[in-house]
Amino acid sequence: MSYLYSKKTLVILGFVILLIMPFVLAPFNLNLLGRFLAYAILALGIGVLWGYAGILSLGHGIFFGFGAYAMAMYLTLQSGGMPDFMGWNGITELPWFWAIFSNPIVAIVLAIAVPMLFAGILGFFTFRNRITGVYFTILTQALVIVVTTLIISQQQYTGGTNGITGFDTIFGYSLNSVTTQQMIYWTTVIFLGLVFLICYKLVNSRFGKVLIAIRDGENRTRFLGYNTSIYQVIVYSFSAGVAGLAGMLFVLQVGIITPSMMGIVPSIEMVLWVAIGGRGTLIGPVIGALLTNGASTWFSQTYPDAWLFFIGLVFVLVVVFMPKGIMGIISTIQARRRAKKYGKDRKEEAKLYNSSSI
Amino acid sequence: MKKYKWGIALFSSAFILSACAAGDEAADTGFGEASAGEDEQSDSEENSEEVVVDEDSIPVGLLHSLSGTMAISETSVRDAVMLAIDEINEDGGVLGKEIVPIVEDGASDEPVFSERASKLLQQDDVAAIFGTWTSASRQAVLPVVEEHNGLLFYPVQYEGMESSPNIFYNGAAPNQQIVPAVEWLFDNVGDSFFLLGSDYVFPRTANQIIQAQLDDLGGEVVREEYTPMGHTDYNTIISHIRDTEPDVIFNTLNGDSNVAFFNQLADAGITSDDVTVLSVSVAEEEIRGIGAEVLEGHYASWNYYQTTDTPENDTFVSNFKEAYGEDRVTGDPIEAAYFMVYLWAQAVEEAGTTETDAVREAASGITFDAPNGPVEIDGDNQHVYKTVRIGEVQGDGQFEEVWNSGEPVKPDPYLETYDWAEAIQ
Repeated sequence: MSYLYSKKTLVILGFVILLIMPFVLAPFNLNLLGRFLAYAILALGIGVLWGYAGILSLGHGIFFGFGAYAMAMYLTLQSGGMPDFMGWNGITELPWFWAIFSNPIVAIVLAIAVPMLFAGILGFFTFRNRITGVYFTILTQALVIVVTTLIISQQQYTGGTNGITGFDTIFGYSLNSVTTQQMIYWTTVIFLGLVFLICYKLVNSRFGKVLIAIRDGENRTRFLGYNTSIYQVIVYSFSAGVAGLAGMLFVLQVGIITPSMMGIVPSIEMVLWVAIGGRGTLIGPVIGALLTNGASTWFSQTYPDAWLFFIGLVFVLVVVFMPKGIMGIISTIQARRRAKKYGKDRKEEAKLYNSSSI
Repeated sequence: MKKYKWGIALFSSAFILSACAAGDEAADTGFGEASAGEDEQSDSEENSEEVVVDEDSIPVGLLHSLSGTMAISETSVRDAVMLAIDEINEDGGVLGKEIVPIVEDGASDEPVFSERASKLLQQDDVAAIFGTWTSASRQAVLPVVEEHNGLLFYPVQYEGMESSPNIFYNGAAPNQQIVPAVEWLFDNVGDSFFLLGSDYVFPRTANQIIQAQLDDLGGEVVREEYTPMGHTDYNTIISHIRDTEPDVIFNTLNGDSNVAFFNQLADAGITSDDVTVLSVSVAEEEIRGIGAEVLEGHYASWNYYQTTDTPENDTFVSNFKEAYGEDRVTGDPIEAAYFMVYLWAQAVEEAGTTETDAVREAASGITFDAPNGPVEIDGDNQHVYKTVRIGEVQGDGQFEEVWNSGEPVKPDPYLETYDWAEAIQ
């Protein structure tokens, strides 16, 4: 148990480091870190869905995007009334599905509730009909195409490919002032902590054990008498809600949302963060999101012409040599050291170690 | 054991931090500000102060997609900006100082554009940013330059309906490309139009304008079709073209789709004798990709062609080829990217400083003999007076100009001077 204890210390330490960052980093770098943390929240949701329940969704971009659009719509309405693209697209009156977002509480609730509801309904029909595995993954990809095409074609309501941007205040404060950005950063860190805690409780509960059982043997679990589809629907819906939350926090720090930020490629990238950090852990997705995005930023600033090759190479190397991601490497090293110390069988140790989910 | 784990924790957090602080060798500039809780205002003041204090160089940002789907178009534009910077530096620079380009990759991704723009303005204190291509990337940068009171010079024709005090629009507004093209087609080719475009903001807005204009002229739109970006199967569309028999196809397709569309159109046996295609996103560079043989006899509307006959253009084309290779071609956005650096440099000379407000004030009315002919910055909307030219594609992949507006046309991004455009404004 000392391992679990020390991992907890690690998490708390990381959390504290994140909390004091506004006093250390320049505003620009703080803003970057804030974006990555929003991505980390998203990765946590995917991490639970894929790492623990074994459901691979390549369509989380739309849930993330919905959260982001909901927040962007609220920000647009409260900072400048009707968005200007409606004007030159011949819309003179604010449509009802925009008007409801002028209330911040409604906007925030919908940003999380709509993805959850949508995922719930979709999951209900797919999982109940035992559409799982690769078929489900393809379905989620198709969904991304449908949603992004719809947004692009309804330019008069959505801003089309240009998306929504140009908001400058939130709750009456200037969105771009250093203080507001610090507040948003702290909000993001706190939500990351909360989501982490919820995920931790979830995967270590009886519910979480059933999820792992479904991942490792869906039919066996079903034959044991569990209604596996209900579990899958709930975890899919939860994960979608987390993505919506992440989208909201993201748009506050980036100031723009477009359909291309929720399309196929970003949706796949989100899963890559989890793969790089380590599937089947909770620290992994967070580390993966932060490291991957941090490295992309650093590489592309340093080598603007060649950075994609580096990133591609890193992805290939990680998948080939570190199939369990960064957390996998750390666990292996720890297990090896522990085995040395106590002279126990290393593999046994590793198994024991991996059974504590964090 | 414990020590070891702390090591990992420290290492990974250090890595994340260094990644965040990337490109910020002198990270100290921001440190004090954040903890002292100073506000935005003093931040930007300090920035502009630093530019003036800077001894003998003026940093400028080059923000284009060097990777991703837009890289193929945007790298040429970056090359043109570099050429102009080199030329100006050889002539002694601006205000006697050397212009230092700082290149950033927008990666065809809007959040990256906005992030890099704030990096350029906040960390590198650039005097101006030259960059972006798609409207989405320009709009991603717009709030950033407005917030930090920076300057963006934008080189591409676009759908109009915008005028930010912090952006100079060097490409054509709709009234400098689309509107005269429709008029010319209506007078010289025919009155039934088939509208075909990629599914994004520019084609959809352009087609609204064309529809309104044709309603006014008495022409008709027989069909309006959009295909997703990167779409390559045009057989259904071509059968619609056969059914509706339009006089003109007004083509706002972008990128690869043009290759597929024109080749399939030629395969279907439809030539420029049967129907005239006028494109607004096909320049010399694209012709090389599509193939001159299938484009021959079709038209484009731009402000500049490689064949445009001015002494400035002869020099520009030969310098461009000398710098980047004989096989390279110039084109409208490349030319706009080139002259916009000169416009900025002149405005800075006029203002005597790189400070944004002074440059903006000085920029109004600045003229320059660009390769496309004389250009002038319109201080009211920060667009540029440009000559409109309609060209016909020749067998060698170059354009032959068949019509021009005779004089630079005043930019009108909101189409305020056209009665028929009331619903679009």
